[in-house]
Amino acid sequence: MSPSPLLEISDLTVRYGTGKKKPAVDRVSLSLAAGETVGLVGESGSGKSTVARAVLGLMPFEGTITYQGENLAQVSSRRMRAIRSDLQMIFQDPYATLDPRMTIGRQIAEPMLVHKIVSRSGIAARIGELLNQVGLSADMAGRYPHEFSGGQRQRIAIARALGVSPSLIVCDEPTSALDVSVQAQVLELLQELQQTQGIAYLFIAHNLGVVRAMSHRVAVMYLGEIVEYGTSEEVFGNPQHPYTQALIEAVLEPDPESRHRSMTIDADLTSPITVMRKHA
Amino acid sequence: MSDSALLEIRDLSVQFSASAPPAVRGVSISVNAGTRVGIIGESGSGKSVTAMSVLRLNDERIAHYSDESSITLDGRELLKAPLSAIQGVRGAQASMIFQDPMSVLNPVFRVGHQVRDVLIAHRPELRKKARELVIESLDAVGIRNPATVYRQYPHELSGGMRQRVMIAMAIASSPRLLIADEATSALDVTVQAAVLETIGALADDRGMAVLMITHDMGVVARFCDYVYVMYHGEVVESGAAADILTSPQHDYTKKLLASVPRLHGDQSRTA
Repeated sequence: MSPSPLLEISDLTVRYGTGKKKPAVDRVSLSLAAGETVGLVGESGSGKSTVARAVLGLMPFEGTITYQGENLAQVSSRRMRAIRSDLQMIFQDPYATLDPRMTIGRQIAEPMLVHKIVSRSGIAARIGELLNQVGLSADMAGRYPHEFSGGQRQRIAIARALGVSPSLIVCDEPTSALDVSVQAQVLELLQELQQTQGIAYLFIAHNLGVVRAMSHRVAVMYLGEIVEYGTSEEVFGNPQHPYTQALIEAVLEPDPESRHRSMTIDADLTSPITVMRKHA
Repeated sequence: MSDSALLEIRDLSVQFSASAPPAVRGVSISVNAGTRVGIIGESGSGKSVTAMSVLRLNDERIAHYSDESSITLDGRELLKAPLSAIQGVRGAQASMIFQDPMSVLNPVFRVGHQVRDVLIAHRPELRKKARELVIESLDAVGIRNPATVYRQYPHELSGGMRQRVMIAMAIASSPRLLIADEATSALDVTVQAAVLETIGALADDRGMAVLMITHDMGVVARFCDYVYVMYHGEVVESGAAADILTSPQHDYTKKLLASVPRLHGDQSRTA
């Protein structure tokens, strides 16, 4: 890891509502170097998307988030705007992420115009270039989202994020709505972009196989906390926390042997309410 | 397979528009009593249309079955039967569960009452014992406090619990065939594993056959004895699940298996 990480999160806490309820994100710390992928895994409600929102400045938080040495809680809103152009995001639902009434060319152009990265005269060429980069063709710029498949839409969302040349892309379940063969293509594209452009990813997913294929390091979240953090190899090869072990145990793989594997998972482990009661 | 199949789909072709190619073309699938059969394929492969055809749930104002198509359940032809006769098959002999329990459960009624209504609709003679039977079914699908859940509303339950309620609804009248259409796809992995385990145990206890529709090879590996692979409306390959997973013959099946990011094995990025 490089001496000064690109993104450093320490003791991040996010609460929804007030009172003594357990925070949605509870003292989470992790760091991300330039060009690196850190995977964040966990089940529904574990807080992984909330971490992403806090990093993007979409959510008030306690603790510190430092991006390229700057404390995000203290920067001016003007500066935050500039930082945002370096920090992009891709979401799960490729149908909700694009405006149905705007051509995809205009949607790809918008962030670049907002951040004044490209002049209006140069924009058409740049859009074509971005479409080519994500495996689509330049002449598709005039089409509308409904003319594209789910996988193509996710490529369009990636092109839009790439326009402002970000150093970090937060990917929140980017392929979980896609068919498995399409998912493989999109994951490949993300890896290729990382190699050619040195983009770092904070990669959020509940599919452990996907996270393992994408990530250098992995953090496992459970009920708002990181219960295990290490290299992909350490976490998946030799899980220490009982929750990580249960999660790995539950994964269904296309392996005929799995038919004979016994299910040892305790259903209570998946219910935060039961867990909280036990620990109260 | 043998002629004693519980469900026999033969040469099924379904077309939704005269100008479009058929959604399902010449599909033949058989399910023997008490077995677990999978249909795997991606979006648009025709797997759900095939499953929906069994209970005649496709919109028949637009869905057209070819003349050669035949589906028999326990020897009885379903495709040519009047819809009024199919109503006696649905729920009583064959039940279906879907991916999204929220679109099946009515948000303004207690879940116990919804399961009870389904039971009474199929077995009116059980009306007096219905509450008791519903609580028994809720218990059978792994709900720990069935009497409490009986009185709860759908929004008070987690996704996994709602899926269990839907299974309880499907099995309350003891069907011989359960069709599960992506029934565990929307669930977290740990919950998915537990729900599959529950469906498997119920099937074994009651000798109920299961037709599992899925896009997930992992579900096939964990659950199915036999599997059909569908692609572009046709069955491209079928066989014992273990054989298909270890030595797929068709190119599409090979590609599908290769696309799955594995957790075990040598695929990590870090050395």
